[in-house]
Amino acid sequence: MIFAAILAGGIGSRMGGTDTPKQFLNLGDKPVIIHTIEKFVINSKIDKIIVLTPQSFINHTNHLIGEYIGERDDIIVIEGGETRNDTIMNSITYVDENFGIDDDSIIITHDSVRPFVTHRIIEDNIVAAKRYGACDTVIPATDTIVESINGTTIESIPVRDYFYQGQTPQSFNIKKLFNLINSLTEEESNILTDACKIFTLKDEDVYLVDGEVTNIKITYPYDLKLANTILEDSHD
Amino acid sequence: MINIVYRLKSPKFFEESIDEIELDGVVVRPTYMSICQADQRYYQGSRPAEILDKKLPMALIHEAIGEVVFDSEGNFKSGDKVVMIPNTPCGEDVCRANYSYKSKFRGSGFDGFTSDLIKLESDRVVKLPEDFNNYVSSFIELMSVAYQGITKFDSIAITPKSRLGVWGDGNLGFITALFLKETYPQSKIIVFGKHQDNLNLFSFADEIYRIHDVPDDLAIDHGFECVGSSASQTAIEQIIDLINPQGTVNLFGVSEYPVPINTRMILEKGLTVQGNSRSEREDFIGVVRLLSENPQLFDYLEKLITNVCEINSLNDLKEAFDRDSISKFGKTILKWNK
Repeated sequence: MIFAAILAGGIGSRMGGTDTPKQFLNLGDKPVIIHTIEKFVINSKIDKIIVLTPQSFINHTNHLIGEYIGERDDIIVIEGGETRNDTIMNSITYVDENFGIDDDSIIITHDSVRPFVTHRIIEDNIVAAKRYGACDTVIPATDTIVESINGTTIESIPVRDYFYQGQTPQSFNIKKLFNLINSLTEEESNILTDACKIFTLKDEDVYLVDGEVTNIKITYPYDLKLANTILEDSHD
Repeated sequence: MINIVYRLKSPKFFEESIDEIELDGVVVRPTYMSICQADQRYYQGSRPAEILDKKLPMALIHEAIGEVVFDSEGNFKSGDKVVMIPNTPCGEDVCRANYSYKSKFRGSGFDGFTSDLIKLESDRVVKLPEDFNNYVSSFIELMSVAYQGITKFDSIAITPKSRLGVWGDGNLGFITALFLKETYPQSKIIVFGKHQDNLNLFSFADEIYRIHDVPDDLAIDHGFECVGSSASQTAIEQIIDLINPQGTVNLFGVSEYPVPINTRMILEKGLTVQGNSRSEREDFIGVVRLLSENPQLFDYLEKLITNVCEINSLNDLKEAFDRDSISKFGKTILKWNK
């Protein structure tokens, strides 16, 4: 089976000025999370879409889905976790409890605040995750990356050609991801902010899928304003 | 739903744009496209400046096939291979929809097919057999223009169709001559062109001539002008010269300039001049049927493919247009991975 996990667990501490997490703010005339879910709804290859939100937003999310997309039994809203990896783990636990984990099933994990993801990116993720077991969506780094350990002076400037900016989706063979997460020591768990990092830490290959410059993450108030402006521009 | 569209912002400059589509029709993921001269004129900036100002930014390309992603009405299954119809009627009219002022055309009046997804009304999509060659199928739209011209010709021609002359050794001339041969196997198809290399590819034609080397006693019953631009004038002149009385002159070539025509001889011979542009659903269905019943046509049509370009980035798209612009003959096919 193919599962999508829409990660909407974050409270959005960087958004500022509002108590509503950014994924529930409006982009055009719909909440950001609805735009994101729609991209997965139209893909018939995806069997179940698991939306992971803070506990207090589960009912709200269900209402929004009912209002904008309609009642569907292939969209499930469950509680996310404390961290990003906890949230992913919750989705895997849900899959395990309700469908079981077989050798071939994959999960496409995607930030709820990346509503501009394209159909092509999702399709490429499905192909890469099935073929290789793990993939990450990236675009080549355009800014020069500067490394500083002390935050005052430059430690090094790596060759930019080798650096990419990570986007989402990140997609995985569920069984492989489940086994790798369970093999982590507590120390390893604490330093892992990214699911792909689990694979690289365990010397497993993660393949690159071409992202898009438009596949932006709505993190700051500025991003939402920018996204709304771009969308309004398309209606002129 | 949010959609990403790749538009020509100004000549030779593409940009990503964000658009929204409603999920109340058929959503198609484009897979293979083909560049038309009309696209090339926008890309090169050779249309008049006021037209460019009015129409850009706009996604180019009106010849494409794709795979159905979603259909709100359930007429199509996800994964169905389809050809998309660029002409989009916006109201009833007394004429065919491809001539109606109430119709819009993709890549001309509104966005063409270079996007992540395309939303179309159900009747703007025609299902293709799975075994159809993707490269050839990508320019079914061009074939449908020839097809509708031949259909209209058939309904107005009153004199014999023994000798049919096709002017133009480019893509449209090739397709028109090929379809005429298939439709009227008893007729002699005579092709007139300027480039011997191109003319040599018309192996299915009964006779081929270079335009400056035509026998004095040669005559045709009906003529098809597939030349376009300023060269239309000499082609039309030659058709009127060689055509038998009460024949039809079928015009297909687009010209940016007004073309003088010898009306005196049109009157004297009682000729009928018919213009042809674009096509409609019935023409697409007709082409799909023609290709299904005559699969050998794919072998001939494959000869038109001169460039195949994989498009993974906007730079790839630009390079494909640049390659196409220096090709003297044939179609540039885009394998759309963007």
